[in-house]
Amino acid sequence: MKTTLIYSLAFVLAVSLAATGCRHKPVNVTPMTPGMTPPPPTEPMPPTLPSGPTISSGESVQAGGGPAAGAEEFEGMIEDRSALAAYTVHFAYDSSVIRKSEQANLQSVAQALAADPNTKLLVEGNCDERGTEEYNRSLGERRALAAREALAKQGVDPMRIRTESFGKDKPVDPGHDEAAWAKNRRDDFVLLHPKPGT
Amino acid sequence: MKNHLKICLLLLFAVFAANFGRSQDEITITHEITVLGNTKPVPVSLDGFSGEVADVLKFDLYVQGFSFVTPDVAQYQISGSNDGNVVGRVADKFARSTLLSRSYTGASLRRQAHAFADDIVFAITGKKGIGQTKIAFKAQPTGNGSGEIYVSDFDGHNPQAVTGDHAIVSKPSWVPGRLALYYNSYKLENPDIFYSDLSTGQRRVVARYGGSNFSPAASPDGSKLAMILSKDGSPDVYVSNADGSNLKRLTTGVEDSSPCWSPDGQWVCFATKINGRRLLAKAPAGGGAVQVIHTAGAPNPTEPDWSPDGKWIAFTSQTSEFDVCVAPADGSAPPTVLVRGESPSWSPNSRTLIFNHSVGYLQTLSVLDVFTKQVKDVGRIAGSDSEPAWRKDLNL
Repeated sequence: MKTTLIYSLAFVLAVSLAATGCRHKPVNVTPMTPGMTPPPPTEPMPPTLPSGPTISSGESVQAGGGPAAGAEEFEGMIEDRSALAAYTVHFAYDSSVIRKSEQANLQSVAQALAADPNTKLLVEGNCDERGTEEYNRSLGERRALAAREALAKQGVDPMRIRTESFGKDKPVDPGHDEAAWAKNRRDDFVLLHPKPGT
Repeated sequence: MKNHLKICLLLLFAVFAANFGRSQDEITITHEITVLGNTKPVPVSLDGFSGEVADVLKFDLYVQGFSFVTPDVAQYQISGSNDGNVVGRVADKFARSTLLSRSYTGASLRRQAHAFADDIVFAITGKKGIGQTKIAFKAQPTGNGSGEIYVSDFDGHNPQAVTGDHAIVSKPSWVPGRLALYYNSYKLENPDIFYSDLSTGQRRVVARYGGSNFSPAASPDGSKLAMILSKDGSPDVYVSNADGSNLKRLTTGVEDSSPCWSPDGQWVCFATKINGRRLLAKAPAGGGAVQVIHTAGAPNPTEPDWSPDGKWIAFTSQTSEFDVCVAPADGSAPPTVLVRGESPSWSPNSRTLIFNHSVGYLQTLSVLDVFTKQVKDVGRIAGSDSEPAWRKDLNL
């Protein structure tokens, strides 16, 4: 009986020592490897790239005036930023609805496109600084698509229209008040002329 | 004999209980950890370190839920020196035992200090620390317009520019298992999605469809890419293979943004808008019905990021300000509003978030321990720093 108890105690002591025993161990040495080497400079991109494969989603989408023309359809076109600068469309906070007050501007854009069938249109959607970055990128795109949809309703072929969102990265007014924000919530229209020789 | 065994076991238990009397406190702490933003920090003392090593240890431990006190009231006493190399020791005061005794050689003192911090965290919590992890982010000299993608240590040190395009860039996303990133760049006169291999410097365009291409997010196994495309007339979530092939449309919402993945790769979570209301939702990665994620109490949620352990979804709530919030992924409890800020990204161990918040009109990166709410800025790196992405691989 006694001996068993002594053995038990010895065992217990051994176990507990093993559990806390690193007390008198020599210091461990951890050799460090150098950190991540600096990435080599990124390759310059070729001037033009093949666009991604065209894949039909098989779904009919009404929003935005239907599927977009591939980016290659607009490659090399000459941007005229002044021709339609007077017709910038503005939006309410966090909204992509084109207000009645903006309809006249859209009509002017539609007329300019009708006047020269060789031209195309770039719609740049923009936001004020108050949303999160990626949210604003989607909101800006929705604003550009809202103009594309409205122009399509006025008879403009949506395949002539390219949309691009700048989120909050391209404010016209650097201010931080409602006056500045109201100016920044906008669609800018850029007339695209065919590249020379086509 | 049976009695002997019983006595033996009892004694064994008694000795263990005495020996590890304080480990019961640890158990309490572990339990409290699930209380977001309300957990008490673990009090430690820090002696014998100086300069950069002391700074690194303080930063790393503070943003992982430790507080600094004098040795007499510390639960753990951390001591050592940094004369040439870092030598460190961690003693558990209550258990009267040494948890860790180690020295470090090679690389820089800074790296040695991060490694010691990781060993401290592991010795005390049993979890891998974040001291040697990496982040990617975007940096804009003026707060909007063109900028560059950067990678750095998680604390903002050793920043390295990945791009040099002077173009608008956004939303870097690490590719798990590789030293590579996806990001959005306007370099080719259109918002396109790039894949960049950081070990070779080679990059290629993986999405350049008509309309905008942005918000890339690599799947947890690196085999898939989620992103926002507007090629079909609406900004929606699409999923492709890692190289951009096999593209599939996942959502048909009016206005979807910022996709992220569940850690098992089964779900893609994103921000959406239904009847003018902003919500978080998730869709099966292979396609299927969209489900709304419960975030009531945190208005206008965007920028979700699912924790690697699967339990939490961090996101940004917008009122008159931006707030970093965390909600249980299963919707079992309302979200917790943690601190002012936006664009949160989880650490590999699912305990810490990196995010950005405004200082004046520029953004600064900041690291947050979600359980204690202890938070520290990493300091300005390259103007306005935002959209941080924490690299989830620990051993690469």
